[in-house]
Amino acid sequence: MEIVGQLQKQYVDFITSLFREAYLDDQYVQLQKLQDDSNPEFVVEVVSIFFEDSEKLLNDLASSLQQQVVDFKKVDGYVHQFKGSSSSVGAQRVKNACVDFKNFCEEKNLDGCLRFLNLVKQEFYLVKNKLETLLRLEQQILQAGGMVPPLE
Amino acid sequence: MGSECSSVVAEELHVLAVDDCLVDRKVIERLLKISSCKVTAVESGTRALQYLGLDGEKSSVGFDGLKVNLIMTDYSMPGMTGYELLKKIKSSSNLREIPVVIMSSEKVLARIDRCLEEGAEEFLVKPVKLSDVKRLRDIILRGDENDEKKGSRKRKLQDLSPTSSLARDLTPLKPASAASKQSRLKRPRLKNTD
Repeated sequence: MEIVGQLQKQYVDFITSLFREAYLDDQYVQLQKLQDDSNPEFVVEVVSIFFEDSEKLLNDLASSLQQQVVDFKKVDGYVHQFKGSSSSVGAQRVKNACVDFKNFCEEKNLDGCLRFLNLVKQEFYLVKNKLETLLRLEQQILQAGGMVPPLE
Repeated sequence: MGSECSSVVAEELHVLAVDDCLVDRKVIERLLKISSCKVTAVESGTRALQYLGLDGEKSSVGFDGLKVNLIMTDYSMPGMTGYELLKKIKSSSNLREIPVVIMSSEKVLARIDRCLEEGAEEFLVKPVKLSDVKRLRDIILRGDENDEKKGSRKRKLQDLSPTSSLARDLTPLKPASAASKQSRLKRPRLKNTD
């Protein structure tokens, strides 16, 4: 079908660009491999949990950095969690931003932390947007009766 | 313990997964289910000990009837770390034979060594892959077959197969620490056959 072909091409082009621009890394491919007919919503579920978790972490980070006396160990703990979950879904740029953020936590550098909180937030919303678009494309392909091209 | 262990070959492995991160719990659960394992996922070391019946509240015999064949725990968790959980399990006469695998996003050699010395079966670098789980499953099943002969605790380093995440991440070796890393990697693996 014409539509399916177009959608599939759109999907492939889009996801290729996401890998090329390091929004996503191989771990996303690994997640796709875990999805099958018995668990067709697996990636959506994991990604949804990631989105929810991340919003909460961003709030926790903001409030912990707003304290009179900042507990950098606590901040580091939140960043560590964020680093872990972003790594687990393949959100490479978010993960990398977290790695740098952690350094500022260790240095107890408030300015650096605030800057990187902003950066991590930015990267998160970027990848959230991209993933939502990607998953929407997948849905469209399936609804049009086609198959989502496998990643490799 | 010996007679119980030999029954695992005929059944599915039951794995207790411990991780404070919900995303990771979901992923490890799926990895294990795809590898034909039964999974119980909990969010902390404390919960894990409760599940294993080692929380001091009740007797350590028969939690919910499902014997645990493998424990996979994250290293960095608030409250009780995976390392502390490992120590508690290995110091329990009822539970010490259960293989414990540590998972961590940070490849700190001192940490890896500490865990292996405390009796961890393996140290997996996160994110854990399907190939890691499949390899683990084979190791555990093979190990259980030989359990009757086994006297002391087995302690194995991850092998250096290309699929091993630890091997993949440790090579190429950095010159400064190459010597110490090499000697660790060359430590002889205790063979399964006695």
